[in-house]
Amino acid sequence: MEVDVLKKVPVKEQDAAERATNFKEVCLGYTLEEAQREASRCINCKNAHCIQGCPVNINIPGFVEQVKNGNIEEAYKIISESSALPAVCGRVCPQESQCEGKCIRGIKGEPISIGKLERFVADYAREHGIKPEGAKEKKGQKVAVIGSGPAGLTCAGDLAKLGYDVTIFEALHEAGGVLVYGIPEFRLPKTAVVAKEIENVKSLGVKIETNVIIGKSVTIDELMEEEGFEAVFIGSGAGLPKFMGIPGENSNGVFSANEYLTRSNLMKAFDEDSNTPIMRGKKVAVVGGGNVAMDAARTALRLGAEVHVVYRRSEEELPARVEEVHHAKEEGIIFNLLTNPIEILADENGWVNGIKCIKMELGEPDESGRRRPVEVAGSEFVIDVDTVIMALGTSPNPLISSTTDGLDINQRKCIVADEENGQTSKPGVFAGGDAVTGAATVILAMGAGKAAAKGIDEYLRNK
Amino acid sequence: MYKIIKKQLLTSNIYLMEVEAPRVAKSCKPGQFVIVRTDDEGERIPLTICDNDAFKGTITIVFQTVGAGTKIMAELKEGEGFKDFVGPLGQPSELCNESVEDLKKKKILFVAGGVGTAPVYPQVKWLHSIGVDADVIVGSKTKDLLILEDEMKAVAGNLYITTDDGSYGRSGMVTKVIEDLVNEGNKYDVCIAIGPMIMMKFVCLLTKKLEIPTVVSLNPIMVDGTGMCGACRVSVGGKIKFACVDGPEFDGHEVNFDEAMRRQTLYKTAEGRALLKYEEGDTHHGGCGNCN
Repeated sequence: MEVDVLKKVPVKEQDAAERATNFKEVCLGYTLEEAQREASRCINCKNAHCIQGCPVNINIPGFVEQVKNGNIEEAYKIISESSALPAVCGRVCPQESQCEGKCIRGIKGEPISIGKLERFVADYAREHGIKPEGAKEKKGQKVAVIGSGPAGLTCAGDLAKLGYDVTIFEALHEAGGVLVYGIPEFRLPKTAVVAKEIENVKSLGVKIETNVIIGKSVTIDELMEEEGFEAVFIGSGAGLPKFMGIPGENSNGVFSANEYLTRSNLMKAFDEDSNTPIMRGKKVAVVGGGNVAMDAARTALRLGAEVHVVYRRSEEELPARVEEVHHAKEEGIIFNLLTNPIEILADENGWVNGIKCIKMELGEPDESGRRRPVEVAGSEFVIDVDTVIMALGTSPNPLISSTTDGLDINQRKCIVADEENGQTSKPGVFAGGDAVTGAATVILAMGAGKAAAKGIDEYLRNK
Repeated sequence: MYKIIKKQLLTSNIYLMEVEAPRVAKSCKPGQFVIVRTDDEGERIPLTICDNDAFKGTITIVFQTVGAGTKIMAELKEGEGFKDFVGPLGQPSELCNESVEDLKKKKILFVAGGVGTAPVYPQVKWLHSIGVDADVIVGSKTKDLLILEDEMKAVAGNLYITTDDGSYGRSGMVTKVIEDLVNEGNKYDVCIAIGPMIMMKFVCLLTKKLEIPTVVSLNPIMVDGTGMCGACRVSVGGKIKFACVDGPEFDGHEVNFDEAMRRQTLYKTAEGRALLKYEEGDTHHGGCGNCN
């Protein structure tokens, strides 16, 4: 079949009408033949910009070349040198603004579908029992990693490959962090993909102790002084959900996206057999425009609701990935843009029956560079809904910073850490991911976990 | 697995279990709680810590079977265990932050209702261990539902038991006992009330009138217990607080109890259905169509 070098080989997706009623994965991924065809579009640049666009610097032309030649095991080895979670990244990275955003092919036509190729390689490896290679020699020094999300898993995987004795401490009952509680099944299958990637990290020798809350069950100082850990990496994630502070927000039927998604994803409330309840609204408003808002909206849709995304700026400013917005629209999510909630209305028993909003228009740019939304006087209106989900971001969890002596935090209450090596103000303690940056992406957290692994290795070798 | 080393039926539907959880046992303080899970499909159930033995590495929990989750818990036997057992969660009781000298100067009244007697016990026991004897009122619907009487007697200053139906001890609600004690000339510097939300609400209404500062321990719906989900938010003094990280103990005179009680009913229908499904087992088919 002819390859149009300017266009991506299209990837199969579940039909929009069908997937709107199930939790199965939306994107079906490439076949070997499709992957090879897509890989053949790569011109193998000498000075590969895509690598610079990748927060963990995967040798992209290297692995794509191997895919082109059909050496998938070799392609997997190349990716594994840089990434502990390729099946995850291939699915949830914002490639359009990273590797693919820098692709030379993208100047005249569409960039190489790097994300879909990475996913193909990782899925192929999993299906064919190909595992990442562990350390040849053990170093014996103990390192504690706090949190088993993307930052923690990456840091732990890299340290284990260097021979360190790594234990991850996870507060929840299941490892994976945002990969299991936040990102829905239809974007990132839990059993088939996430659990397997975590198995791979464990196969490198990493131990995972669940149900341990650092700062409560045990402190960082105790880990270092009593349990023999010589370095600690904090990858504890984003934290406490924000609310708007508008009237009616504590009515029955108002949830944080964190709660809604945790019930559905971690506790499997979407499944009739789960013992955890979730509110299956008839009409749901999701407030916010980020990826978490899209995830909550598409989850509510699949649970049977008519869903409105309420966002105060315009479509151009939506922080969510274009692909997610596109998928959400295809599935029938209604976007109420330039609209801001001012009150949540409830019936006499305190249950939500509407969300009062006001129309907005864009004014002068604010400090973020985006045009500031301003209210249009007298434009109030009500959307009838029985459920409201707030997806407004998070503020840092003080559990660790408040229980660790000598750990500096900034004005936003995020842990202060060196971007280069993750070093915090406390010797031997490193940090990265959302705990440092505030809510960001999986891949940025992985990049930080990787940098910290290097920093920890250097620190321990010089100790 | 977190092994159950002791299980005891305290009364008709209230169980006590001592569970191996060394990390929790070593680090917990009075007023804190744990979240437990029986199996892979289980709910995350928050329970206040009733006792701990740091040396043995065990935590004692007391729970009442009210829904499907707690009924499944009650089926676990000694030697079996919980799939998950995490803690300690929440802030320790404020009493823990005060100096022993200050505490000794204070006249402290505990008011416990029903299964709320369990979380009151470790606080009274801890105070007793540092030489402070607190007065304790324990309210129960009826004599048969009374728990931990002997244990409490051993550590309390004065123990006043009251039953709603008058089948044991004094007769009537705990609020009546508070009024009686104050009328009898007792003066209290602080009151700690733990029990059903409705009891705490009425205790607070009374103690506000009597000008006794009052601390309550709230048990709202929660999922993770670490501040991540916000399900447990309560209005305290007009501000939103998360019971799991800011509490579970709050100034009772500032808590919006009506809102908190309303929020507790959020999943009542779903919980009722889950209980029915659990009780009817294989005979439950949902054929009526009302379960969807």
